[in-house]
Amino acid sequence: MSQLGDLYQELILDHSKRPRNFGSLGEGSRKAEGFNRLCGDRLTLWVALEGDRVREVKFQGSGCAISTASASLLTDAVKGKTRAEAEALFEKFHQLVTGKAEADASLGKLGAFAGVSEYPARVKCASLAWHTLHQALAEQPEAAGPVSTE
Amino acid sequence: MKPGSAGVAGTACEPKLGASIREEFPLLAANPSLAYLDNAATTQKPRVVLEALRNFYEHDCANIHRSVHQLGERATEAYEAARGEVRSFLHAPSTEEVIFVRGTTEAVNLVANGFARAVLKPGDEVLVTGLEHHSNIVPWQLACEISGAKLAVAPINDRGEVELEAFRQRLTPRTRMAAFAHISNALGTVNPVREMIAAARAAGAATLIDGAQAAPHAAIDVQALGCDFYAISGHKMYGPTGIGALFGRREWLERLPPWQGGGDMIRSVTFEKTTYNDLPYKFEAGTPHIAGGIGLGAAAAFLRGIGLEAIAAWEHDLLEYGSARLEAIPGVRLIGTARRKAAVLSFVVEGIHPHDVGTVLDAEGVAVRAGHHCAQPVMERFGIAATTRASLGLYNTRADLDQLAAGLRKAKEMFA
Repeated sequence: MSQLGDLYQELILDHSKRPRNFGSLGEGSRKAEGFNRLCGDRLTLWVALEGDRVREVKFQGSGCAISTASASLLTDAVKGKTRAEAEALFEKFHQLVTGKAEADASLGKLGAFAGVSEYPARVKCASLAWHTLHQALAEQPEAAGPVSTE
Repeated sequence: MKPGSAGVAGTACEPKLGASIREEFPLLAANPSLAYLDNAATTQKPRVVLEALRNFYEHDCANIHRSVHQLGERATEAYEAARGEVRSFLHAPSTEEVIFVRGTTEAVNLVANGFARAVLKPGDEVLVTGLEHHSNIVPWQLACEISGAKLAVAPINDRGEVELEAFRQRLTPRTRMAAFAHISNALGTVNPVREMIAAARAAGAATLIDGAQAAPHAAIDVQALGCDFYAISGHKMYGPTGIGALFGRREWLERLPPWQGGGDMIRSVTFEKTTYNDLPYKFEAGTPHIAGGIGLGAAAAFLRGIGLEAIAAWEHDLLEYGSARLEAIPGVRLIGTARRKAAVLSFVVEGIHPHDVGTVLDAEGVAVRAGHHCAQPVMERFGIAATTRASLGLYNTRADLDQLAAGLRKAKEMFA
């Protein structure tokens, strides 16, 4: 039972029920889509850059509690970061959810996803939004099709 | 039967089912608090099956059909006796018409491949239904691709039933094969197979029944059904993985070309010409899964010993009880409400993704499947990506379904 609580921490449940930065951005923003066909998790992520820095980020979509909370916490975490900083954060997040590294202070609230590493089948849920962000930050984000982590 | 009433078990002369048979399944005996409700994915194995496997490897292990030594004879005897058990289980006319395969998927591929090479011509049609899982769709798509035939689909209604009239309408003079499930893995719908087979035969089409889900839940009589092919998987009927059987009517098995070459399927080989072995060996290339075949025979005997009618009655009571328990939970919606249904409770919970439901249930000791059940067209028909599926077996009890309902209430508390 303790493991289940580790996965569905209060913070994650809160963000899954009340996702932050839920919505879209207009012209001039970048957009990418994430879609895990097998489980049906789907999200669209919009990023507005100012120079090399993420000024605004929003998402819409539907999915399991882990994927929704992950997208919501991502939007809070990357706002104000440079592209390189956001990518570095993705790398740390990925290490965390795959159990390759423990949470540290630089992850902030994202440390709540540490429990995912005990549930290998859910890594794809936690990382979908991040792979989608990675595509949104790429040179031609809309040239590629939807991102999948399945 | 209403929830809360006495259930079907009772007097001592009735077959052992539910809690009283759990001790014969080592995995369940070792996990008394586990509610294993993923039987449509695979079933647990009774001791008699495990002992049959062990006995073969410990006492009779040799290759079959080719050894002069006694061990080889014992192995051959055991393997052919198992074929006899499977023949009895399916009520096939002869053991020559029972082919051992890896499972239902391989059986469908074997037939589809033969049809692609020897039967289907451009413009011919293969008819499947909207209920099928991928294993009874994709082999036919491949066969159509090779032969130039077309795939037709009989739709399902909102209850998840194939309507006989709609099925009939899609049979044309060009339909060469109608392939459909006896019982749907995703929804539990029991198809009106007898009527569907009769309709297909009347239209001049051959029939293949995917019996993977039916074998553990219903008595099968391929002669009474009148089908041309019937496929089963060992692991879904309390037998080993990697083994299954295909019944094929003799005329068809003689007409279809072999699909794999080598080993047992050969009578004589020269570089100029090879002649094939008699049935059923024509379709059994290479050293088969001997232990698996023996284990499948043991599983078939185990099921027949209990009686498929008794199992069906037990599970039907559980299905009604479970349906009532789930429908009593606000926000839970059953997907697939066919009037004739077996052993499957597929459902969605409002506002909670099936994977979250599955994870919470797992923590509560309830094993279910969450996903599309390898039947994406079925999910699409109901406009959903996935369901949570509880599927029943002969060792399940009302207590397992109470545990499921309690787990669902917990999931609702957590995510509400």
